[in-house]
Amino acid sequence: MPLDIKQAAVANDWAHDRPLTCCRFDRQYRYVFCGAQDAGLHRFQLSDGAKTTFNGGHETWIRALTSTLDGNQMLSGGADGKLAWWDVAAADASAKPIRVIDAHKGWIRCLDTHSGGTLIASAGNDGMVRLWNAADGALVREFKAHDRDIYCVAFHPNGEFVFSGDLMGQLKQWKVETGELVREFDAKELHSYNGGQQVDFGGVRGIAVSPDGKFLAAGGLHKATNPLGAVHEPLVQLFEWESAKLAKSQVADDIKQGVLWRLQYLADGTLMGVDGGGNGGFLIFWNSEGEKDIHRFKLPNLARDMDLSPDGLHVATAHYDKHVRITRLGPA
Amino acid sequence: MKVPYACGSQEHLLARRGFLGTVAAGAGAVVGGLNVFSESQAMAELASEQKRVVVFNMHGGLSQLESWDPKPGTDTGGPFRAIPTSVPGIHISELLPLTAQQMQHLCLVRGVNTSEDDHGKGAYMMLHGRRQTPASDYPTLGAVVARTVTPADPSLPGHIVVTPGGSGGRGNDAAYLGPRYSSITLGNGQPPQNTERPGALTPESDAARHDFRRKINERFLNRRRTAVADAYAYSYEQALSLMQKREIFDVSKEPAADLERYGTHDFGRMTLLARRLLENDISFVQVSHSNYDTHNENFNFHLEQVAEFDRSFSAFVADIAARGMLDSTLIVVLSEFGRTPNINQYYGRDHWSRAWSVVMAGSRVARGAAYGKTNANGTAVEDGQVDHANLFHTYLQAVAVDSSNSFDINGRELPFADPSSHGIPEILT
Repeated sequence: MPLDIKQAAVANDWAHDRPLTCCRFDRQYRYVFCGAQDAGLHRFQLSDGAKTTFNGGHETWIRALTSTLDGNQMLSGGADGKLAWWDVAAADASAKPIRVIDAHKGWIRCLDTHSGGTLIASAGNDGMVRLWNAADGALVREFKAHDRDIYCVAFHPNGEFVFSGDLMGQLKQWKVETGELVREFDAKELHSYNGGQQVDFGGVRGIAVSPDGKFLAAGGLHKATNPLGAVHEPLVQLFEWESAKLAKSQVADDIKQGVLWRLQYLADGTLMGVDGGGNGGFLIFWNSEGEKDIHRFKLPNLARDMDLSPDGLHVATAHYDKHVRITRLGPA
Repeated sequence: MKVPYACGSQEHLLARRGFLGTVAAGAGAVVGGLNVFSESQAMAELASEQKRVVVFNMHGGLSQLESWDPKPGTDTGGPFRAIPTSVPGIHISELLPLTAQQMQHLCLVRGVNTSEDDHGKGAYMMLHGRRQTPASDYPTLGAVVARTVTPADPSLPGHIVVTPGGSGGRGNDAAYLGPRYSSITLGNGQPPQNTERPGALTPESDAARHDFRRKINERFLNRRRTAVADAYAYSYEQALSLMQKREIFDVSKEPAADLERYGTHDFGRMTLLARRLLENDISFVQVSHSNYDTHNENFNFHLEQVAEFDRSFSAFVADIAARGMLDSTLIVVLSEFGRTPNINQYYGRDHWSRAWSVVMAGSRVARGAAYGKTNANGTAVEDGQVDHANLFHTYLQAVAVDSSNSFDINGRELPFADPSSHGIPEILT
């Protein structure tokens, strides 16, 4: 199937019994795993949608997932601060996690897997970035990265750097090898403070590096005229990699109530964001040339997370209506 | 009790004019009004010790599930866990770890059902103890406390509201009690407006003009003593007193270490100011914390807001207890309503008045207690249901005011609290 975002369509649609919070494919592309508004890890088999729920890893919601590079294990990060390793192909629901560690004080909001496969990055409300040995769960490195909640953490595909973005729109680049701060990108447009409501809002919710290495994209929201009422618009801040200067602010016209929960690049350099809000759920696509999206695909329900399949041709989306959907990015 | 003047009816007439409810000319301060000449019947019921009330108003509607009545592991529970407190068997949200250590002082009222999901109407009910009707208006709790608890002829106003933002000034919330009992707002915790002597006026000149005013007043009163004239004189003197005690409103006079303990954010500063005001015998202080109207991203916003509240509130409760003031101080934490057990598509919670929580502490309120119970996922009250009127009676009874009593306003008996309701005896000692 050739990549053609204009022929995107939902190919599969499987239901859980609680609203979903996050989703990831395993890197062998056999399953999609979901976190939900419960304490379980929910596995859907891609061949037939068979659901298996695993318990015992968390006391409360799973907010973040990442697959090991070999696809044999799935890691989950919870609002309980725990990080759990799971056997992807466990036979049945009786399987318990391989290990569970107290990784953070407060929520783990994001996980990512290093391109070399040996490290897992975690980050959360304690402002810490921690790097873990993917094989045995040992803490490899940690550093206080932010004063406020970290919303997103992501490795650079070259493996040399890891990025962290927080509630206040601070986006930082760190050396994986040393934990040394390299530089910061000015993503404060993704943060807003509403004086009337007296709340900080927004944050860096997605980070992605373009396949050619020329751009770093940070996603979230802006124009938060009513943060407590969900009135805000999706926004991408596209930075030139070399200069760290803002290249473009990329928007999605007519989506007046939305936020980008995650960004990922497609193989052809198209940036894809998953949006959810009062206007519904969308996959939104931009190229690096313009400020406006080049295409958007309306999802059946408000989305909260997405994951691109290893072949780059399918997207899993986690939805409020309790469904995980697989959208193909091309013709049937 | 009637005022000791022949022209008693003037009291009401002039209260409606409200001419003393604004800045007192010359003295320049926001001070009292009329209806000030009678000795309230309630005053006779006061305990010998000065009582005080402080209300923390969680503006917008605090989520009971992210505070006092968590339901972890249920479909409505959200992502936060419950933690044990200093009282065995009582758990509250993990967002309140410091407050949990003060639970031995607190009383959770978990069965509140006010059946009103509108912000304005809910706030009115919670602060007035009754529903607002087109035909009537009632004084706020602060005004009632100021009238019934404040000593006669205080040198400082008895009803202070500390809010984020706002320019300060006098509220219009005392209804038939008159402007003397209306709130004075300390916008963003700043001292009342116009309470500094103008720079161009020397202390000597200021004293001379006040002496002159007093002489003129005295001469006038010797010949034609009236309620109106006394009200004028009282207003000026209270304004002058307020100006002289302006430091009471200056939280920067508190130790820096205390501000650090309370939190350097606005709410920390305003809560510390509340302590300062209560220590200086202000009868009623209301502090607002904004904003909990979290239809969107309820959990993120409660993380942010409740963490602020936890630090300041726990320090406040600990201090009031440590200073021996808890027996004479009623502490109330309320909102206009709670938030829906259902979690909406934006990770938000909406307005919910059917099953939520209020917290009290101090004075006659039982300590280390939880009264009332909601069902497993917090959608309904199962036991100990109370409403705004029950709570209002209880607040007054907690500070030794007979809530079944009435004000005598120009011969009309107007009940302190909703006469069709009653307090919650189970939580009063």
